[in-house]
Amino acid sequence: MNGSSSVTVGSESVIPWRSSPAVRVGLSLGIATGLYGISFGALSIAAGLTFWQTQALSALMFTGGSQFAFIGVLSGGGTGAAALGAASLLGVRNTVYGMTMNALLRPRSWRKAVAAQVTIDESNAAASAQPTGVERKRGFWVAGVSVFLLWNLFTAVGALLGDAVGDPGQWGLDGAAVAAFLGLLWPRLRDREPLAVAVVCGVVTAISIPLVPSGIPVLVAAVVALAWGLVGARSARKTVRS
Amino acid sequence: MSMWFWVLAAAAIAYVSKLVGYLVPDAVLDHPLVPRLAGLVTAGLLAALVVMNTFASGTELVLDARVGALVVAGVALWLRAPFLAVVILGALTAALLRWAG
Repeated sequence: MNGSSSVTVGSESVIPWRSSPAVRVGLSLGIATGLYGISFGALSIAAGLTFWQTQALSALMFTGGSQFAFIGVLSGGGTGAAALGAASLLGVRNTVYGMTMNALLRPRSWRKAVAAQVTIDESNAAASAQPTGVERKRGFWVAGVSVFLLWNLFTAVGALLGDAVGDPGQWGLDGAAVAAFLGLLWPRLRDREPLAVAVVCGVVTAISIPLVPSGIPVLVAAVVALAWGLVGARSARKTVRS
Repeated sequence: MSMWFWVLAAAAIAYVSKLVGYLVPDAVLDHPLVPRLAGLVTAGLLAALVVMNTFASGTELVLDARVGALVVAGVALWLRAPFLAVVILGALTAALLRWAG
């Protein structure tokens, strides 16, 4: 089958592009993720951003969780500063992805700057799942670039639709935002500790909504999660020592 | 401050967060606290955003059609529905509940 057409570079056999599992994974992630750019575009307009501000978030910020957080804080009545705070905190995980990808792919010089922009959940996942260096690179770049192109295309489609439909409540767009955040959170609830942190942070948010200005409850929750992480790490180390 | 300022500043911070990962020395990468904190803060923030978008109306807690959207989205996720289907179901639920009541 593919064996006859594969070439060997060094000690690593290279699967041709057309039958590469990494390319296939990257493309399917690109299509699946790119499509829900529609919901981001529509919700961003509903949150009060203009078409071009919406497009700027998808092209320049380009990290779905942070983009949804940014407009989520705004639609809850929060300020631009609170939106920036929430988006930036959610973007911290991309630093960890960046470190992992740097160790795994070793991009050189200007490629680092380009790789950084497409370092997101999907490209990290596509690369990490592959067995060899060449396949990891393909997974990373194919997922990163295809998500970037389709995410931006469908953001524009969603923003135009959002502009056309008018009142977001009437069309259930606020319900779409709730579903979108739950969908982003869901895969992180498999382990017990993130699940516990999610429950505690959810309760803390509900308690602080009537007490502090709009948008701030999200940041309070982030501080609680951070404190949990630090304290939990320390007690885990003590247990190991004793 | 104009909204454009916050959009561009937040985008710049997002890019720097990604780039820093490519520039830090391996010693930091090896520290187990880094992935731990990033993972927990992400889970905590997303949970906070779920609660805020479901129950907040300004600085008040309210129960409205969005709660229905939350329940339906939860069931859809539990049944392993794809992300886009979950979002559409959330929108349909909120719209139908409002139209009915």
